[in-house]
Parts: sequence; structure tokens; C-alpha cells
Amino acid sequence: MSSSKHSSSQLRVGDSPLIKWLLIGLTLFLTTILLVVPLIAIFQQAFVEGAAHYFNSLIEADTLHAIGLTLVVAALTVPINLVFGVMLAWAVTRFEFPGRKILMTLMDIPFAVSPVVAGLLYLLLYGNNGWIGSWLYDQDIQLMFAWPGIVMVTVFVTCPFVARELIPLMQQQGREDEEAAVILGASGWQLFRRVTLPNIKWALIYGVILTNARAVGEFGAVSVVSGNIRGETNTLPLLVQAQYEDYQAAAAFASASLLAMIALLTLLLKAFIEWRQERSLKIEAEKERQVTQ
Amino acid sequence: MSILIENISKHFGHFQALSPLSLDINEGEMIGLLGPSGSGKTTLLRIIAGLEGADTGHIQFGDRDVTNLHVRDRRVGFVFQNYALFRHMTVADNVAFGLAVLPRKERPSPTEIKNRVMHLLEMVQLEHLASRFPSQLSGGQKQRIALARALATQPEVLLLDEPFGALDAKVRKELRRWLRGLHDELGFTSVFVTHDQEEALELSDRVVVMSNGHIEQIDQPGALYASPNSRFVFDFLGNANVFEGKVENNKWHNQQASIVLPNGAEQKDGQLYIRSHEFFVSKEPTAQANLPLRVIAINPIGAEVRLELTPIDWQSNDVWEIDLPHKAFDKNCFEKGQTLYVTPKAGYFFAHDAQQPVLLNWETEKAKTTEKA
Amino acid sequence: MGKYMATHLSAAETRPRHKRVLPGLSLSLGTSLLFISLILLLPMSGLVMQSVDMGWDRYWQVISDERVVASYKVTLWAALIASVFNGFFGLLLAWVLVRYEFPGRRILDALVDLPFALPTAVAGITLATLYAQNGWYGEILESLGLKVAYTPWGIVLAMAFTSIPFVVRTVQPVLEELSPEEEEAGMTLGASDWSVFRRVIFPALWPALMTGIALSFTRSLGEFGAVIFIAGNMPYVSEITSLMIFVSLQEFDFPAASAIASVVLMASLVLLFAINIWQARYLRRLHGRS
Repeated sequence: MSSSKHSSSQLRVGDSPLIKWLLIGLTLFLTTILLVVPLIAIFQQAFVEGAAHYFNSLIEADTLHAIGLTLVVAALTVPINLVFGVMLAWAVTRFEFPGRKILMTLMDIPFAVSPVVAGLLYLLLYGNNGWIGSWLYDQDIQLMFAWPGIVMVTVFVTCPFVARELIPLMQQQGREDEEAAVILGASGWQLFRRVTLPNIKWALIYGVILTNARAVGEFGAVSVVSGNIRGETNTLPLLVQAQYEDYQAAAAFASASLLAMIALLTLLLKAFIEWRQERSLKIEAEKERQVTQ
Repeated sequence: MSILIENISKHFGHFQALSPLSLDINEGEMIGLLGPSGSGKTTLLRIIAGLEGADTGHIQFGDRDVTNLHVRDRRVGFVFQNYALFRHMTVADNVAFGLAVLPRKERPSPTEIKNRVMHLLEMVQLEHLASRFPSQLSGGQKQRIALARALATQPEVLLLDEPFGALDAKVRKELRRWLRGLHDELGFTSVFVTHDQEEALELSDRVVVMSNGHIEQIDQPGALYASPNSRFVFDFLGNANVFEGKVENNKWHNQQASIVLPNGAEQKDGQLYIRSHEFFVSKEPTAQANLPLRVIAINPIGAEVRLELTPIDWQSNDVWEIDLPHKAFDKNCFEKGQTLYVTPKAGYFFAHDAQQPVLLNWETEKAKTTEKA
Repeated sequence: MGKYMATHLSAAETRPRHKRVLPGLSLSLGTSLLFISLILLLPMSGLVMQSVDMGWDRYWQVISDERVVASYKVTLWAALIASVFNGFFGLLLAWVLVRYEFPGRRILDALVDLPFALPTAVAGITLATLYAQNGWYGEILESLGLKVAYTPWGIVLAMAFTSIPFVVRTVQPVLEELSPEEEEAGMTLGASDWSVFRRVIFPALWPALMTGIALSFTRSLGEFGAVIFIAGNMPYVSEITSLMIFVSLQEFDFPAASAIASVVLMASLVLLFAINIWQARYLRRLHGRS
């Protein structure tokens, strides 16, 4: 009857055509209203005063500076959290030690904490009145209301992403491969590079992409510690806010459209990675099937 | 309830899972579907249950045509290979499920359901586990709960997919006997799928041997064992040694080895299938056969000793296995690496151009009343 | 696993020199602990000190201020409504993505993550523009006599938008791994589609769904960027707690900001631990003590 089902004619709940298309229709309707239209609106609003205005507002000095600062923040945050994420994942999936579960829960804190609170934590500690900040102030080092502060809170906010992607995967893969490598005489670094890394490559890339997306787009935490000095400590999301509140809506959406493009790129890369993984799984399954037959 | 299966076929994509096949199952019968994986036995079972739709043909339960009836309306009991117990429900809730989802008019009262569940749990001797969760049960216990759940709605047809596949040997044996007892007591019609010939032969009233989507043979266990009607059935029922012979001077030859044709055998080339216990063993060739073999392993198995042997100066694809009673073994005291000669007492001959075997017997004097296929 | 761990540990105790096969424990654990201490724990000490410094009376006065209490209520209610909505919508999305094959399924699947990938400020200004009186949606709603932007409903909307993926991404894998056999077992026992869904499938999804809703709720409580643009930020009506912290900071009232932040932080930590404990307990019941 329906040709799409001929590979598996299993009966599953909710497969009657009426229910199926009703649910799909409802989902598509809600998704369009809640996700697709807003996405289109960003670009529509960005071009509302014409393409020339769009490009002019992008090459304004403040915008260019904000783009630059945003890239610097991401470029510093991602490697830091990459190293931390791999270290943490290695520690909690390859060893048993007391407090392992607590460590994993602690790692989730940045997910649960409001970004504004995160920003505040840093401001209290490293601001001029904080116990580290006042000492730094005496040394003439200013972290808050400057780019280092922005990097620090961004690191805080994005630190769980890489580890979160790696831990379930490494747990599932188990330690046998690595133990075999040790028995064969591999050194620590060889072990990681030749055995572990190929297995976690895609999850790692995925974690990096997510870290990057969040680092580029973080708003709440950054706005607390940045001081909002245009042309100095404004990242792209802060600039969007500033322009929007200055009634420069088109300019704000122009800046926003850059961020939206990064977001779309992120989704695209993610879809690509998932497609790759699915395909390699399928190929493996196919091979296995051929061997057993 | 009797089950009538007519011309059922099924394909998945390009794979023909079932060629059109028909099968009659009598009321109260216990049928074993036996075959290797990929033979279509599970597909057939699932089609009977209504879990898969067939491409052609129809199915009748008694007088009722159920071909287009949804699985939930067929009212069969089905026991899944991995039990498929509802993990989030207690044992009692699992067993009660079929009763709890009955339409309101037919549904028994909650106390009645509770009583029936306790009765079923008593029947499977697990009433003390009523409030446990499936994850806290052993394999054998899960199996019995799955059975109790399937029987709760008093189905007239019980279908079981590899019911003992995941259990260890001792539990399997026990459960097998218990299931047979239950079947005889309650009188439902049962169909079960298995790849274990011993299980099929021990448990079934009739065995349906399947391969590549069609039925090879349907017979009572005794008859099936006595007269397998194809090479496949012979291979699958196991423990047969194959001698590939070319006929010459009233003998089958394979390089240096030879066997004399028994009286009345056709002068044709072909394969001789000989079961592992249908042999004499000696240290010299006999007038009837010259089959030299080298002992490569000696395994005592229960009441018998199994010798694994490789041919000397002749060809066979498989290792030969011969079962000897301990007495005969002790008399000869064979050792690993030793050469010995075997002489068949009886065997089945497949001529190259024939599908059906011919039963051969070298001891015609002591002829028993063996029926031919 | 538990058993394995026990023997592993006891063996380790008796022969400490040979306890680890794999290299890098001290390096990886050391780095992780250092990092967590510096990035997570040290900054929290600042908050504790600031709050302790101010004394109980002042602390209580700040956190029980009428306007702040109003912001708790708005935040909690909005987050609750948003996460419950996402419970339904997320379950629907997960079901459709896992169970059905249709053109555009992959695009839909990718699109689900948009709220995670899109910076919250961008989401905020976009939603505010769409739902403003002269926006695409605002006009339609206005003609129906409804107002979303610059009301508490705007907060709900923004929170719902930013936390859509949580429920979908927690339910989806569980739904994928649900064995068809349990469904089939339900059907062979005579249950209707709805019965099977309600009694067999839903209970299996329930823990994941609850986790997703709880995560969505936690995220919504802390959401800032998307909310402030659309909320209107009217005292006592549509101010969220994060904004109260922000406002105190702009007034350089660090103690007040810290006091409110400590309430928010404790609430989120309690939630986080509760989710973790609950999940662990449920998994144990389902899979036994393995």
C-alpha cells in the first residue's frame, strides 16, 4: 500500500495516516510560527532600509570593532574549554575515584546558573572591590570592564559543552581499546592521538561548534562585566542591544543577521556531522551483516 | 482453536522472507517452527499473530478469517523472544495489563483482576514476586511472567518466539517440561519458533522445518527423525556424517575409501548420510566398508563417548563424529591420533539427481519395520 | 559496574603501585580540579563573602523587598508556563521526528537547535519586533484584542523560545531506543493505540520528559537576553529576577545584587541537584543495580 513502509511493515502506535499527518501538520505549523518566521524576520528587518544601508551599517567602525572583539573572545575561549573538556572527560570516564559523580554535577553548574549571576560572580571577585580585584587594582591590572573579563565569563558560561558531548560517548566506548593500546606499548600521547582521538573526533568537533556558538552569542554574563563601552568592550550581541535601544533597528538587525548566520552555520555543521556519523554507522552495520551471512 | 494458513507469502524490500506456503494446525496442537536464522520462521509466527501483514494468502482461526484483523483483535497470546515485559510496571501490573485494557463492558472489576492475576502467578509459581519490577527478575522468572501475561486474557492460541533462547541449559529444560504440561492442561493451540532441534523434537506434536522462506517438511518428531525428506532437513537435524561416493563394482568409492552397496540399492552416484550412532568401529577394514579415519578428539558426553575423526586418504567436507557407548569405547581403548575403521549399519542415500533420500540398511536380516518416506 | 568498581578499588588498595592501567589520571584530574576551582568555585566564594558581609537583616530586607518578590513570582510563573508548554511541544516534536518519515524531516531536526545556536539578544529583539503592535504577529494579535509584547506573556514567549530544544533533545533518544517489542506486546494483549501510548510508551518517556521540562524550567529561570527586550520591564508587573540583579548592579549596589543573586543561585543549584538525583534513582529502578 504505502511504498515508504515496505522495508518494515511493522505495526507501530500512531502510524495510521490520519494521526500521522495530523501530528506532522501540527508540528510544522507550530515550528513555522515559533522558529521559522522569527528567523526570516531577522533578515527581513536587516534589509528593511535597503541593501546599501545594511552594508553601510556593517562597515561602521563600532560594528567592525565588535566583530573583531567577538572573534577574539571566541578564539580564546574555544581552545581553553577544548583542553578542559577533554581532560575532564578523560578523568571521569577512564578512572574511578571518590567524588567522580560530584565532579560531573559541578560541571553542569554553568548550565543551571543565570548568565547575569555568572557575570556578577566574576564582578564581585575580580572587580575593584573584590578581594582579588583590589589586589589586581594595586598592580594596575584591570580585568573587569575590559576584554579579559569578557573572556573569563565566556569561558565560565561555555565550559560544559565539550565535556558534555564527550562523556556519554567515551563512557559508551569503554576503556578496552585504550587498555589494548597500553598492552601493545603505546605511550600516553600516542594512545590519545591514535586510539582515543579518532573515536571521539566528531563529538569533539560538535562540542567545539557548540562552544563557539555560545561564546559568540553570550549576552547576559558579558553585559554585566563589559561596561558597555562602545568601540572598546562591546561584543556583537552587546552592540545589537545598544543599536536597538538607540532606535537604530535596521542597524541592530544587520548586526543580528551576522550572528544569525553564525547560528545557521552551526546548525548546518551539526547536521553534517550527524549525517556523517549516521552514514558510518550504517556502513559498519552493512559490513557486519555481510560478514554474518 | 485450529489455525489454517493458506498461500501466505511475504517480502521485505527485495528479500523474499516467505514463499507462498500453507500449513494446517489442529486445535490443541503444539507446533514447533524449526529452522536456521533467516528461514522465515519468526516472520511466519508474526504473521499468524498479526504483527506483520502478509503479501498474499489468508489465515483462519477456526471458522474466522483473521487475515485483515488487527493484532489487537486477534486475541492471541504472544511471548516475545526477550520477553518484552513492561519495565516500568510491577510483575502484577504486567500480568494484569491485558485485562486492564479490555473495553469497559468486558473488563472485570479491579478485585476480580487482582484475583485472576494472583491465580496466574500461582500457576507460574511466582506469586511471591508480584510487586517486583522486571529488572529484579532472573531470565527464567521473566519468561514465566511473560507467559502468565500472555495467558491472562485466556487466548485460544499461544505463540512463542524462541521462548527459551536466552536461558541457560538447565532452566531451559525445566521450563520446557513445564510449558508442555501447561499446554496439555489448558488445551490451547501453541506455535513456537526455535532453532534448537532438540527443543523442537522434544516439545512439539508436529515439527515444521523451514529454510529460505519455505517449509521443508512437516512431521511428528519421531517420523521426522526416522525419515527426513531432504538434504536440508538431514543437515539441520544434525549429527550426520556425509560420504560422497561414485558407484563402481557395486561399491561407492571416494579415493581410497569404499562402501559396499546394500541389497536392492540403486547403482547411482550420490551422498550417503549416516548418523553418528549408526556405526560399528573396528581396527581393521571390514568386508562391507573400508573407511579409515584418524581420531582427533575424544569427548565423553553423557551415556556416550563422541569421537571426532578426520578421513585418511579420502575426502569429506566436515569432521566425522561417531558416538559409542562407554562399553564399546572401553573395549577398544582408542587414543588420539590412532587410526580406526568404521562400518555403517544404516544410512540415507541421496542420488545426485534425487531430492528424496532412500533408506538403506545393511543388516537386512534383522530388518525392522522401518517405514520409508 | 558497581561490583566491578568495588573489586577494582579493593585491588587498587592492596597494590597501589599498579592500580591504573591507563595513563594520565593525575594530569587530567589535576587540570579538571584546578579549572573547576578557578572558574567555578572561587568566583562563588566572592558571592558568599559579599552576602555574609551585609548581615542578616539587610540581606533579608533586600531579598524580601516587594518589587523583588514580585519579580520572583513573575519569573517562576513565566518559567513554569513556558516549560510546560515546551513539555507538550517538545514531546510532539520528538515524536514526529523519531516516528515519521516525511519530506523536510532533516531540516526540521536541524531547526530544533536554532534557539540554542541563536544568540539570546538576537532572539530578544526579533521576538520583540514580531510581537510589537506594528509587528507581523502583533498586528494579528491586536485585532484579536490580545497583547503579548511588553506584558508577562512576552516573558513566557521568550522563555519558551530559548528552551525549546531541551525537551526534544532529552526525549528523542529515549523514544528512538524504545523497543518495538513492548509496543507489540501491548497490542497482542488487545490494547488500543491510545492505551499503548498512555500505558506503555508514555511511562517510558516520562522520566526523560520530566528531565527535559526541568532543564527547560531551569534555563528559563535564568534567561535574560531574550526576555528583557520583550518584557517591557515594568516594576511589579514584568520584571524578571535577573533584571533586578542587573538593575542593582547598574546602581552600583553590589550587596543588593549579591543578595538577590544568592537566592537565584541557590534555587538553580537545588534544581540541578534534584534533577541529577531523580534521574539516577529512576535509572536504577529501571535497570536494576547494575
